[in-house]
Amino acid sequence: MIRVQHEDFDVGAELVAIGRGNTRIGGLVSFVGLVRERAGGEAITAMTLEHYPGMTERELGAIEAEARQRWPLEECLIIHRYGKLAPGDRIVLVVTASAHREAAFASCQFLVDWLKTKAPFWKLEETSAGGRWVEARDGDAESAKRWVAE
Amino acid sequence: MKLLYFAWLRTKIGKAEETIEPPAEIATVAALIDWLKARGPGFADALKNAKLVRVAVNREYVGWDHPVRPGDEVALFPPVTGG
Repeated sequence: MIRVQHEDFDVGAELVAIGRGNTRIGGLVSFVGLVRERAGGEAITAMTLEHYPGMTERELGAIEAEARQRWPLEECLIIHRYGKLAPGDRIVLVVTASAHREAAFASCQFLVDWLKTKAPFWKLEETSAGGRWVEARDGDAESAKRWVAE
Repeated sequence: MKLLYFAWLRTKIGKAEETIEPPAEIATVAALIDWLKARGPGFADALKNAKLVRVAVNREYVGWDHPVRPGDEVALFPPVTGG
C-alpha cells in the first residue's frame, strides 16, 4: 500500500494495523526516515520535500510491485511525506511483513534503496544562509545497484 | 504539450508548468531540450548539464531518444533525493 501525504503518521499504530488478522505473518520490519538536524556541518531550520503528484504514486507502486515479485510478502506499506518539515520530523515509513524475517529484512532495505533513487521527491534544506537543494548522493545510486544483479 | 519543471530546474526556469506547442520537427526529448535551451537564459542555465536532467513522459522515466508528441506531459527534473 502506498500513501503520499503531508500529515505525520503514527509508527506504532501502523505497525499494529498492518498485520492485524493475518496470522501467516511471522515478522514485520520497519524503516523510519527522519529529518537530520545537520547537513555538512550546518544546522537545518527546515526541510521542504517537493514531489511530482501522480508520478510519485505510480513509481512507489511499481517499486512495491517489484518487491512483491522478489519476496513472499504478506504486507507492504510505504508512507512518504511532502511539504515543509522540521528537524526530527518523520519523512518516510516502510514496513514489510512476511512469514519469515529474511524476506522482511531484505525487502525493506530494497524498498528504501530503490525509492531513494526512483521516487520523484526533491529535498530543499533551509539554513540560516538560505535554501539549498540537496544533491543526489553517489552512495544512494550504489546502494540501489546492488539489487539489480540478483 | 504540457511541460512540468521540478526542484532547481523549476526555480531556474522560473515556472512550475506551461503548455507549449513546439515546432513539428521537435520529435524527441533531446530535440525538445535543445529547443527549450534557446528560449532564454533561465532555460539555458537549468538545462546546460545534461547529466543532471531527468525526464519523464506521461509520468514514466524515459531516455533522451524517446519520442515526444502533442498532448504529452513532459516533466524535467534533477536526480531525485527522497527517502
